Amino acid sequence: MEIKKTAIAGTLESSDIQLTISKADNGISIDLQSDVKKVFGDQIESVIKDTLAKLDVKDAKVKAVDKGALDCVIKARTIAAIQRAAETTDTPEWEVL
Amino acid sequence: MKSKVNRELPDDLMKQLNYQPFETTEIGNPEIQRVAPKVHVSTGDDKIVDSIKKVVDETLEDGMTISFHHHFRNGDYVFNKVMRVIIDAGIKNLTLAPSSLTGVMNDMVIEAIKAGTITNITSSGMRGSLGDFVSHGGLKNPVIFRSHGNRARSIEHGDIKIDVAFLGVPSADRLGNANGMKGDAVFGSLGYALMDAQYADKVVLLTDNIVDYPNTPASIKQTQVDYVVKVDKVGDPDKIGSGATRFTKDPKELKIASMVNDVITHSPYFKDGFSFQTGSGGAALAVTRYLRQAMIDNQIKASFALGGITKPTTDLLNEGLVKKVMDVQDFDKGAADSMHTNGDQQEIDASWYADPDNKGAMVDQLDVVILSALEIDTKFNVNVMTGSDGVIRGAIGGHQDAATGKLTIISAPLVRGRIATVVPDVTTVVTPGDSVDVLVTEFGIAINPKRTDLLDALSNIPGLPVYKIEDLQKMAEKRVGTPKPLEYTDRTVALIEYRDGTVIDSIKQVKD
Repeated sequence: MEIKKTAIAGTLESSDIQLTISKADNGISIDLQSDVKKVFGDQIESVIKDTLAKLDVKDAKVKAVDKGALDCVIKARTIAAIQRAAETTDTPEWEVL
Repeated sequence: MKSKVNRELPDDLMKQLNYQPFETTEIGNPEIQRVAPKVHVSTGDDKIVDSIKKVVDETLEDGMTISFHHHFRNGDYVFNKVMRVIIDAGIKNLTLAPSSLTGVMNDMVIEAIKAGTITNITSSGMRGSLGDFVSHGGLKNPVIFRSHGNRARSIEHGDIKIDVAFLGVPSADRLGNANGMKGDAVFGSLGYALMDAQYADKVVLLTDNIVDYPNTPASIKQTQVDYVVKVDKVGDPDKIGSGATRFTKDPKELKIASMVNDVITHSPYFKDGFSFQTGSGGAALAVTRYLRQAMIDNQIKASFALGGITKPTTDLLNEGLVKKVMDVQDFDKGAADSMHTNGDQQEIDASWYADPDNKGAMVDQLDVVILSALEIDTKFNVNVMTGSDGVIRGAIGGHQDAATGKLTIISAPLVRGRIATVVPDVTTVVTPGDSVDVLVTEFGIAINPKRTDLLDALSNIPGLPVYKIEDLQKMAEKRVGTPKPLEYTDRTVALIEYRDGTVIDSIKQVKD
């Protein structure tokens, strides 16, 4: 899936994560801010990467501001941000969700 | 070398500082010798001084130990005023031994460390930028963390020998009779500062309110005081304590509070004449409300409430549900004002409150105590000192001391955000599991297996599911996942004493 514009999903409330996805040329880059980065940083990045891969996003710049979100929340916010950035919110790919 | 809670301790420091590892929560009946302060004899007519500088010049030398109290909390003006003068005077190698350090002092402490003015610290705790600074190796010598009861014990033993105590008070007369109840910046009980006033070689009072001689009630007495310094303001009344205490509406906190109440009322201790200590957190305040109703319904009155006092507790005193409030510090204005007006609210010093080496401390008489936790592990050991990133951000307070109560309840949510509260091993052991009896979370309770009597009393109560603590730990881990272990350097930045003066755990410098 191709990223067409910069899009955002999620809030800065406790237990949420805010993701901003924008266009990029070579691969995936993730800039993660989190109070639990030391202990859960790898896990958070791997959930974001897996979700991007499932939706076949190959090039994207991701900024993630985490407020202690659980994996299911991270996944949901990532999917929402990708669909908005790829302008596919009206035609979601249900089968990969 | 290991402490009894299986924590590896730094051999070199233990030897150098002549420490023994923690063995047991039992204090026994040893004979101990207390120390006495030096007295500079005077009729007391020349104690009033206008400048802090003059007092510092006359009393302080390199290498001395200085102390402060933290009763003004984040409204404190005294600490920064005095430390400014001491740093500017170029004094070096001081040991800072306050009852605790509050956020408003952080920047000044860091400046004093960088200037070489402060080279050793002992405190109940530290938070914010100072905790971060120390956890990243900013202070060469390890900080010694002591509970409020242990600080009193250490002062009485001479382990902490205070050369000069700088004590801010909202009212004093020209000879130094002082209390925390009258003036603009009132905080109520002077409990922690009374130790310094009794044992420091030089006692310096700082006040913005010099009243007619003699000032009563005199919590600090003229027989103890060397100087009375007039300053423009000792503190900001709005920041000393929270104003009107608001009850929590957080459903999670309310659920925990109602289960804590169930544990208390179904325990064998809930009978006429029982005693209790609650903290100041949202859930603890809500417990007081549930407990009030249970006491009315069952026609039970408490003999005393202990510790850090809040308005909900003094309300129980006024209602006659609690007969006495034994008050070492006041967390809000309501409690502070009540001390002034209610004769049944007794000011107690830190030794009377919680010192283990005593002819009986109040905590030894305590039935029920509700305490909080940053983490609790499957051995019931509690951490109230370091965060999930390994950085110092807490205080022992009276945790270790009050935990010796007959029914010690830890109230804590199962997880906070993505951080589990119930863990396989706490980051730092502050209070040993041996003195903890029941954990209450929003999902259910766990009972220390040593307390078979409580297992019998608290099983099969509707709405009070009982789990093994290992099961609660697994529930937490299932929700948040498995955290990556924290990384530390080999350098020790702090030692945690148990209340008897042994070392229970150490804190290492974090790796970034």
